[in-house]
Amino acid sequence: MSTLNRRGFIKGAMLGAMMAAGLVTGHAFAADYPTAKVNTTGLAVTDTTVKVGILHSATGTMAISETGSIQAEKLAIEQINAMGGILGRKIEVVQEDGASDWPTFAEKAKKLLEKDKVASVMGCWTSASRKAALPVFEKDNGLLFYPTFYEGLEQSKNVFYTGQEATQQILAGLDWIAKEKKAKTFYLIGSDYIWPRTSMKIARKHIEQHLGGKVVGEEYIALGDTQFGSVINKIKLKKPDVIYAAVVGGSNVAWFKQLNAAGLNSSKQTMLTISVTEDEVLGIGGENLAGFYSAMKYFQSQDNEANKKFVEAFKKRWGKDAVIGDVTQAAYLGPWLYKAAVERAGSFDVDKVQAALPGYEFKDAPEGPVTVEANHHLTTKLRIGQWGKDGQAKVVYTSGYIKPDPFPKGYQ
Amino acid sequence: MFGYSMADIGNIVVMQGFSGLSMFTVLLLMALGLAIIFGQMGVINMAHGEFMTIGAYTTVLISKVAASYGFTNYYFVFAIAIAFLLAFAVGYFIEFIMIRHLYKRPLDTLLATWGLSLVMQQIFRSSFGAKEVSAELPEWMLGSFKPTPDIDIPINGVFVMVLAALVTFGVYMFMYKSRWGLRVRATVQNRTMAGAVGINTAKVDRVTFALGCGIAGIAGAAFTTIASTGPTTGTLYIVDSFMVVVFGGAASIVGTIASAFGIAQAQSILQFFMTSSMGKVSTLLVIVTILMMKPEGLFASKLRK
Repeated sequence: MSTLNRRGFIKGAMLGAMMAAGLVTGHAFAADYPTAKVNTTGLAVTDTTVKVGILHSATGTMAISETGSIQAEKLAIEQINAMGGILGRKIEVVQEDGASDWPTFAEKAKKLLEKDKVASVMGCWTSASRKAALPVFEKDNGLLFYPTFYEGLEQSKNVFYTGQEATQQILAGLDWIAKEKKAKTFYLIGSDYIWPRTSMKIARKHIEQHLGGKVVGEEYIALGDTQFGSVINKIKLKKPDVIYAAVVGGSNVAWFKQLNAAGLNSSKQTMLTISVTEDEVLGIGGENLAGFYSAMKYFQSQDNEANKKFVEAFKKRWGKDAVIGDVTQAAYLGPWLYKAAVERAGSFDVDKVQAALPGYEFKDAPEGPVTVEANHHLTTKLRIGQWGKDGQAKVVYTSGYIKPDPFPKGYQ
Repeated sequence: MFGYSMADIGNIVVMQGFSGLSMFTVLLLMALGLAIIFGQMGVINMAHGEFMTIGAYTTVLISKVAASYGFTNYYFVFAIAIAFLLAFAVGYFIEFIMIRHLYKRPLDTLLATWGLSLVMQQIFRSSFGAKEVSAELPEWMLGSFKPTPDIDIPINGVFVMVLAALVTFGVYMFMYKSRWGLRVRATVQNRTMAGAVGINTAKVDRVTFALGCGIAGIAGAAFTTIASTGPTTGTLYIVDSFMVVVFGGAASIVGTIASAFGIAQAQSILQFFMTSSMGKVSTLLVIVTILMMKPEGLFASKLRK
């Protein structure tokens, strides 16, 4: 290990110690919690260690997005270990690669739960990978912390969702843009798969029924498509007040570059997107995004103490050029929530941990305090960020707390 | 279309016409290198997209260097030249260690080059990181050209168009007006005979393959102006490239041009009147139907079997 890493470790330890003040009241020694008592179901918990799995795509197309999550989870785990671990036990990471292939996620989840007996798993990114692994977690009664904002319509006792479900990301953002920009007409555009389609369905209902607006176009782009000429011309003809976008992956970059090249920059066109975080900006280029808005729960530029420390620690650990997007921050919450849950339960047993977490408020989250609800999602705030040329967003609006509602009535 | 003024519709027709042309040149640039390799040599190069990625990363790296030395405005010329040379060199090397052993086994080249594409993707990922990056574009390439206040012609589209025209012209000159091209065509038509009259067919193969890869490198460099650069960027283009080449008739460069034009116009117009995905699906359906009736593609090769 290099000196830099070791220094990062010490830094992490200091940060951890500071955070500890807010998290645990007494100092937890392993001796106070004998293994036989805290682990009655045969998990990989010893007197000194506890195994936790990380299951993301380190290879394949999704590695672009999932790398940030892996880094955040490892950082959180290192910080937790530096402050003494969980109930006096250091976390041992078992990392598996889902390889951007959904059946592989299921297979690796099975391996983590049945062979390694990990006490919990931080992992999955796309809904497809989560849906593939979910039956395994339910059958083996595992515990999954899932970081991505997603379409909702799911709730499992074996999963904690640390990202936003669709209504948390969509409704307040639309309200804001309708009020702030006096927007009446909307053009919806997204990539062609479940998350954008479900999100746009919710958005359309909200625009038509609650905002009195009109959807003048709804368009889905095949994943990986990079030609937007015709779509952009359609938008020019319809002249919507707002483009509401959920384009992902390589298409996302092409979309913004071509939009700008066609003369639709932020001085002429208002756009609110729910699929651009700091991670995507690297590829799109700040100059192509400048002035457009993103609706997220977290932006790297947030100016609160917990976030400043998080950003500093992240850059120390993963390089000064590292950027932190919404999902990366949500992934960072996973290990901390798990730690809190185990400590509240006084046990590593999955059933007890599950029962102990709802109701917990994580005060030191980088995004600001969040609360775990009974439906295993988080109550969070929504933020609107306006992108600058430097690839960072300025937060221009912060909503109040929004309760998670994965099965929204009237929106399905 | 109703409820819009005539001027609106006129502007859209102009811009829509341009967007069709722009898509045509993009497809052409993608497919040219493949048309040479697949058409002339019968090698199904599944790693074609990764050679484009080489060009794209080269451009990104050179743009970084250019930004720090302050010659951002004209680095693109160098980037394209270096992208070509680099992809050419890698192609030359790959032909030497891998492809030449597989000429008699076309289906095995398919598998081998697919494996190669995975290896190359992982090399990109390990050396440049998994995240997408973007080249810093020169000032003059951003924005649009406005003949009237309501018509926007994207400058990067014009740039790709000019480049595609130059490359096509270059390939034409090479294949039909040079000694090298003569040897390539002779080898394609009758390998044994070409060998008998003293043409070094192994060398012709190597240069042809490397040339196709080099052109892919140019395409990759050009596409940094319109799309993304990441380890798997190549996979975005490979399907379209094959579609253009197969539809055009494998051994014909004219066929490739005609096919790129037809596919681009059909897709661009259909995508305007239908939704984007339906436009794409309809185009594919038309292509499949035509290929069922004309399995050799639009311009069948005049090879003696």
